[in-house]
Amino acid sequence: MAYSEKVIDHYNDPRNVGSFTKNDDQVGTGLVGAPECGDVMKLQIKVEDEKIVDAKFKTFGCGSAIASSSLATEWVKGKTLDEALAIQNTEIVKELSLPPVKIHCSVLAEDAIKAAIKDYRKRQDIAIESPAA
Amino acid sequence: MKLPIYLDYNATTPTDPRVVETMMPYFTQTYGNAASRNHQFGWEAEKAVEKARDLLGETIGGSGREIVLTSGATESNNLAILGAADFYKDKGRHIITSPIEHKAVIDPCQALEQRGYEVTFLDVDADGCISLEQLEKSIRPDTVLVSLMAGNNEIGTLSPLEEIGKITRKNGVLFHTDATQAVGKIPVDVERMNIDLLSCTAHKMYGPKGMGALYVRRKKPRVRLSPIMFGGGHERGMRSGTLNVPGIVGFAKALELCRDEMESEAERQTALRERLHKRLRAALDHIKLNGHPTQRLPNNLNVSFGYVEGESLIMGTSDIAVSSGSACTSASLEPSYVLRALGIGDDLAHSSIRFGVGRFTTEEEIDYTADKMIFAVKRLREMSPLYEMAQEGIDLSTVEWTPH
Repeated sequence: MAYSEKVIDHYNDPRNVGSFTKNDDQVGTGLVGAPECGDVMKLQIKVEDEKIVDAKFKTFGCGSAIASSSLATEWVKGKTLDEALAIQNTEIVKELSLPPVKIHCSVLAEDAIKAAIKDYRKRQDIAIESPAA
Repeated sequence: MKLPIYLDYNATTPTDPRVVETMMPYFTQTYGNAASRNHQFGWEAEKAVEKARDLLGETIGGSGREIVLTSGATESNNLAILGAADFYKDKGRHIITSPIEHKAVIDPCQALEQRGYEVTFLDVDADGCISLEQLEKSIRPDTVLVSLMAGNNEIGTLSPLEEIGKITRKNGVLFHTDATQAVGKIPVDVERMNIDLLSCTAHKMYGPKGMGALYVRRKKPRVRLSPIMFGGGHERGMRSGTLNVPGIVGFAKALELCRDEMESEAERQTALRERLHKRLRAALDHIKLNGHPTQRLPNNLNVSFGYVEGESLIMGTSDIAVSSGSACTSASLEPSYVLRALGIGDDLAHSSIRFGVGRFTTEEEIDYTADKMIFAVKRLREMSPLYEMAQEGIDLSTVEWTPH
């Protein structure tokens, strides 16, 4: 199958590969997918004042999955949490020209963003609650 | 060294120039229809076909009169299974096969299930081997056919044909083997192995595509088949259709070359395969050989690179032509059913790569391939959350995943 130029570019030169410390209160981690399905994405965001200041990812999956998550880290950086939550998988499909069989990769990337934000917010709740307890 | 490197010889092979040369006159000079009985054009074509047929039959331990020429192994498998099932339907409607057969065996068996036949799929162990004991126990009074492949196309595991043949013969059931990957690579003898039906194809042995054969035993026992294609009554009524004379001549030449070079080629290709395996193993952790370590096709290596997805690995080694057990490209997203049947986890199935070496593979190509694979695996592992978790000592089977 032929890949689009943008997928190849992200595959050859993935943006923001890496990891943040998981138990940093500023960090939210989303881990989505399953090894038996052939793709797992870990997307992490670093947040300051409701704004994503940095993002990192690691992905086990095909070229399109790597490209989708790489693109997702680029897009969330600089966005507020609410703006990042509004990112739709269809935008990723369009940007990377993903064929129908690869749409699930973009869905996974959207899920990863949402899971990371959810994790971050959960941490904030705990952080706020714990001093009171 | 020329790029890209072809290492997918289990999928197909280039036609050997010596084969092409042998075929050429049969396109433009000896172009008669082998079934034309009343002129020289036909006689010459028929003579060439009969000579080729003899060589094909004799090379596998039978005779030319036992060869039915077909369009390939898919047709041969269909004819053997559907043809025998139909012809012997009054004797019984039970067939035994295995879950790691090629789809060209499994699908006709399942089609028969739809028509009221019963099919037993034997278990295979982690290396892809069946149990002879279970085979023997599975044979019933209404069993008519056992179909088990000679060498597996994905994982290379060889079946103990001789032992299977002893069991089927003793129990009076027909033995069909899909020997597509084996003929030309390892010795196959229908007499010694008590094989009643054998499928093979030219394009896996440096012959042309679209050309195959089905060996159909003529005596002890005489095997009968109902045709699946009707027409001019060619091939003793078992396979109608004008004979592909250039293809047949090329097929015989290809098999002749494989036969004459078999011993040295098997040794050379095994050495290349082992060289690749050793180099990968020396440089990378978490790699798993799929298929039997020794009882395997000389040219096949199938390896799972843990924590790396196969398709992304192929993308990273795009100047090497290999095949992946991952099916991320297909709509089903299901990994190889062969690897699944072996009990290999879907994660490792998604991580598998099949390397097939062949007649034109060089040591230089193997070394280049090893370097490229090692580099790509390391790079992708740096990107792999699974590898990171494994390094941290997290047991991946305890993680709550979100399958999709």
